[in-house]
Amino acid sequence: MNDQRTPLLSVRDLKTYFFQDEGTVKAVDGASFDVARGQTLGIVGESGCGKSVTARSILRIVEAPGRIVGGQILWYDAKGQPTDLTQLDPDGHQMRSLRGREIGLIFQEPMTSFSPVHTVGNQIIEAIRLHMGVSKAEARRRAIEALRQVGIPQPERRIDDYAFQLSGGLRQRAMIAVALSCDPRLLIADEPTTALDVTTQAQILDLLRELQQQRGMAIMLITHNLGVVAEMCDDVVVMYLGRVVEVGSVDAIFHQAKHPYTRALLRSIPAITTPPRVKLHTITGSIPHPYNRPSGCPFHPRCPERLRGLCEVAEPALRAVGNGQSVSCFLYENRA
Amino acid sequence: MLAYILRRLILALITVIAISILSFVIIQLPPGDFITSYIASMSAGGGTVSEAEVEALREQYGLDQPITVQYLKWVSQIVQGNFGMALEWNRPVKDVIGDRLTLTVIISLAAVIFTWAVALPIGIYSAVKRYSIGDYIFTFIGFIGLAIPGFMLALIVLYVGFRYFNANVGGLFSPEYAEAPWSWAKFQDLLAHLPIPAVVLGLSGTAQMIRIMRSNLLDELRKPYVMTARARGLTEMRVILKYPVRVAMNPFISTIGYLLPYIVSGSIIVSLVLSLPTVGPLLLKALIAQDMFLAGTIILLLGVMTVIGTFISDLLLMWVDPRIRLERR
Ligand SMILES: Nc1ncnc2c1ncn2[C@@H]1O[C@H](COP(=O)(O)OP(=O)(O)OP(=O)(O)O)[C@@H](O)[C@H]1O
Ligand SMILES: [Mg+2]
Repeated sequence: MNDQRTPLLSVRDLKTYFFQDEGTVKAVDGASFDVARGQTLGIVGESGCGKSVTARSILRIVEAPGRIVGGQILWYDAKGQPTDLTQLDPDGHQMRSLRGREIGLIFQEPMTSFSPVHTVGNQIIEAIRLHMGVSKAEARRRAIEALRQVGIPQPERRIDDYAFQLSGGLRQRAMIAVALSCDPRLLIADEPTTALDVTTQAQILDLLRELQQQRGMAIMLITHNLGVVAEMCDDVVVMYLGRVVEVGSVDAIFHQAKHPYTRALLRSIPAITTPPRVKLHTITGSIPHPYNRPSGCPFHPRCPERLRGLCEVAEPALRAVGNGQSVSCFLYENRA
Repeated sequence: MLAYILRRLILALITVIAISILSFVIIQLPPGDFITSYIASMSAGGGTVSEAEVEALREQYGLDQPITVQYLKWVSQIVQGNFGMALEWNRPVKDVIGDRLTLTVIISLAAVIFTWAVALPIGIYSAVKRYSIGDYIFTFIGFIGLAIPGFMLALIVLYVGFRYFNANVGGLFSPEYAEAPWSWAKFQDLLAHLPIPAVVLGLSGTAQMIRIMRSNLLDELRKPYVMTARARGLTEMRVILKYPVRVAMNPFISTIGYLLPYIVSGSIIVSLVLSLPTVGPLLLKALIAQDMFLAGTIILLLGVMTVIGTFISDLLLMWVDPRIRLERR
């Protein structure tokens, strides 16, 4: 039914900066990646590398003093026609009819993601009425159905609960119900399981996968947890300091990682075969302060394989290296 | 929930008793018992008090009995609506306070409505458009409002009214209605006089409230639920008014109880300048004249009204904030 040749979403050289008195934070500085229809894209990277800001940029809800200063966010409709979201008025009708309708969002903190003074039902019904133009009674019926679909027991009673009355797992399920109430084509999940215990975490991930299969929606999954990526994702984007350093299929990233940063990231996770009490690998150095980003390749100060005289002066571009994998690193450029 | 209300009610009752003891102490404060002062002030005014009348009063208030009995007798008089005599006025305290208390409540309400009507929108604007030119302008005006004493503003208003409009803008009534019994026309006259005192009394509170609303709302705007509301596709206006503003308003509801004493004590000088018939100046006069029945009664009534106000704001808060309603069972 859908045009499979175009992606669902294509982010091209996105730049989102925060203009503060102390200086400009280049939270996202030239990120490019695609989200394929019906597939799951993982976005990984250290804290502060701009994952959440990228997500907010796509929804056009970056808060002041932040602003998209460059690039394109191409949203392809069912017919494959692109719209550049960066050109839309964030509060305008067109952008708002995408938000919540075509693109759903869930957050790490399900407690604070709900209003403390409105019922869960109020917030789901609001979204359904806004986008589906149905009566109050019908919206309520659909909201109960949405809660049922995410596995909340007794949804006709839970719908009138407040978020603080639900357990952490149920809260995140309710959050998913809100995000999916209008059957979006893309779900952006920003660390959806970080605040949950391991068992609940697995249940929520299973639920997401199940719902994805039923509805054929795409998921953009932001996470720190490479285990989650391995389990859930089709493709992976690795970000570092606001840039995409490597993109590839899960297999390619886990088995043939090219970028030194990706490889370091992979080494830092414990494997089941790692003997106990052995010091885990850490990436040397720390993330540079956002105000003084390194020149050249942003990773060069921490890179064990940097090429002197090149990496600190020039910025490598993202280049295809076959198999749908791309990497931005001079090690893989044919230098004269 | 019921237990919560009950607990609040008991607390309110205890507070009222404490206030009544305090008022009683205040009445007892001047040297000699108040019958003596009553006789003294009567004879100073050229009147006389018969021996029988004095005896009746001593009996009524149990002045030759222990202090606890005196307190209980006094309380039982109060409960029956007998607040004693206002010495200086030589009239029952009830008559002296009467309308003034009602008018005080009306003026306070008007001042509060003015404050909220002005401060809430400006506070919201300042938070949403933080560091904009508008925010700076409002902040500047707000600080000026905070810095100018109310009586000064009252004087300026009086002067401007007199000089340029040749009108006496003081008072709450036109002369022809001041002593007239209540009627529809008198009520309309009151409404016409209300805006100036309401603005003068409300202005400093307005500046303060803009600051509080601004910072409350800034805190709320940062919370994830605002972002998820935006992500649902609501208009920005709707997002802000329905969610963070609603939460940021809650703290104000809990202040309703303190508004009355705040305005009464803060307004004495303004009321004098604008010659407003409120209880503030009355309290001041009563204290200067050591008219202890009057002073004690005013303090008692203000205290009780504060307790009632606090109780009402507790109920309101419980109604608007489910966290209180549902968590403190
Ligand atoms: N409102 C803001 N004002 C100023 N700077 C901001 C703001 N929001 C984010 N940033 C900056 O943008 C950069 C990227 O932040 P972002 O939240 O996208 O990181 P992240 O990759 O999601 O990290 P985490 O894994 O910790 O969630 C950070 O340096 C952060 O300080
Ligand atoms: Mg984040």
